Amino acid sequence: MEYINIFVKSIFIDNMVFAYFLGMCSYLAVSKTVNTAVGLGAAVVFVLSITVPVNFLIDSYLLKPGALSWLGEEYASIDLSFLSFIMFIAVIASMVQLVEMIVERFAPALYGALGIFLPLIAVNCAILGGSLFMQQKDFANVGESAVYGLGSGIGWLLAIVAIAAIREKIAYSHIPGPLKGLGITFIITGLMAIGFMSFSGIKL
Amino acid sequence: MDFLRKKFDEIRKPFNPGGKFEKFAPAINSIDTLMFVPKHNTHKGAHIRDGVDLKRVMVTVIFALLPAMFFGMYNLGYQHFSQLGESTAFLDCMIFGAWKFLPMLLVSYGVGLAIEIGFAIYNKHEVNEGYLVSGMLIPLIMPVDFPLWMLAVSVVFAVFIGKEAFGGTGMNIFNPALIARAFAFFSYAPQMSGDKVWVADASTIDAVSGETILGQLAAGAHSSWSVLDMFLGYVPGSVGETSVLAILIGAAILIATGVGSWKIMTGVVIGGAAMGLIFNALGLNALMEFPWWQHLLVGGFAFGAVFMATDPVSGAQTEKGKWIYGILIGFFAIMIRVFNGAYPEGMMMAILLMNVFAPTVDHYVIAGNIKKRKKRLKAA
Repeated sequence: MEYINIFVKSIFIDNMVFAYFLGMCSYLAVSKTVNTAVGLGAAVVFVLSITVPVNFLIDSYLLKPGALSWLGEEYASIDLSFLSFIMFIAVIASMVQLVEMIVERFAPALYGALGIFLPLIAVNCAILGGSLFMQQKDFANVGESAVYGLGSGIGWLLAIVAIAAIREKIAYSHIPGPLKGLGITFIITGLMAIGFMSFSGIKL
Repeated sequence: MDFLRKKFDEIRKPFNPGGKFEKFAPAINSIDTLMFVPKHNTHKGAHIRDGVDLKRVMVTVIFALLPAMFFGMYNLGYQHFSQLGESTAFLDCMIFGAWKFLPMLLVSYGVGLAIEIGFAIYNKHEVNEGYLVSGMLIPLIMPVDFPLWMLAVSVVFAVFIGKEAFGGTGMNIFNPALIARAFAFFSYAPQMSGDKVWVADASTIDAVSGETILGQLAAGAHSSWSVLDMFLGYVPGSVGETSVLAILIGAAILIATGVGSWKIMTGVVIGGAAMGLIFNALGLNALMEFPWWQHLLVGGFAFGAVFMATDPVSGAQTEKGKWIYGILIGFFAIMIRVFNGAYPEGMMMAILLMNVFAPTVDHYVIAGNIKKRKKRLKAA
């Protein structure tokens, strides 16, 4: 039950895009067509659902205050949490490298369409955000953090696919000149966030 | 009539091409078409025999809304007088309701059309009838004592950000009327929710309590209204949403003329009923124990299903997509009602949420159709 709770919550209530407005750069840049949006979204889901549990393990067995106590009594007082940013980023960057190689090998068309934004997932705030929220939320075990990572990724995927479909639909609308392109995308994102506010405050 | 026509032509002279106020022609043209129905029609060449156009579609929806509107006006007076213990003569109720409702309608139309005309001048095209329906829906889904300036601000937001930023009628992604209500709901929560706003003067007269049925249920109490009252609409609520009977008449008009999609309406009811049944089986609190078929009668469920979800612009466009879209609306509406204590009325949020996903649903329905046909081609 706890797993379902975390899963639903991370998709809808704590949606990365609409509740925290994280990962906006690639969300705005790669949302012109649905197919590339799905590709990037899937990459984010993959990276998040691996990096969050890996970072959870690193955090709880290496970095947290007292995490090193498994080495012996004298290490129990060591607090390495000041290293968490750099460790998390290192894990994320290596995972993104892996994803990049897989995409290039198996989906060259998608690789071309995603362009620079695929390696840039490494500095996508949604992904680092996932790990840092994980640290904050004090999950009980690695399974919960994995579910959280997967859910956050799916939430982000839903958001980027929805906006890509909307942008495809408004491609031929008479949007006032100054708002064309990014301007209207920001407005749509804000209005979508209003739609997602239907979940805010739900207690599961 | 000729005399008026001549007089009007004189007034509009400076607006004609080459005149002094040529730029403002859309403003005068819209007044012109409103007062004198133009006789423009096609003379030759191939054209579709049915003359259905934006104007006719919009006027049909207005007709469908009229029963709900008149009943809403009557119910405003009825709720007010019956709670005060005064006589509830039909005429008194009607006059009181009109006195409360018509200013809201006027503000909504006045502000909305002013912005529409401004944008028509900016875009150098004519004002169209797109705002007629939204302008009527907005006051119908607001609580009766909602201050008029707040209504005006909500309308400005809805028409500017919800509609004109996207290019005007037919281009919007979200239902403008719902954007107005959501904006009002999140900006002016004390005036939009609680137990003091749903009956006229409830906030100033202690004897009047304006609790809606869903509000009662969310507070853990059981509903004090009979099922017949819920169906006929003798309950507190937003102006137009209370009477399921009046809304059903509207639904019949929409379906008979083909303006509203019966697939979406049926889908919403199926989705809502299914979710209601699931919650009935769980039965953990007053909202979950509330019988599923009564869930469909109270609050904005019927109004939303008939007039909001069927908006052909912001809803799903594909036939299969309409079913998915409708069912998910019903599903989310009941879910938000039950789970989210802060919003006892889930319909508005459910439709806005599905407006977000309608293009996605359409995209995948179309992709599925393409795949199916390719397979058929390969098989043949």
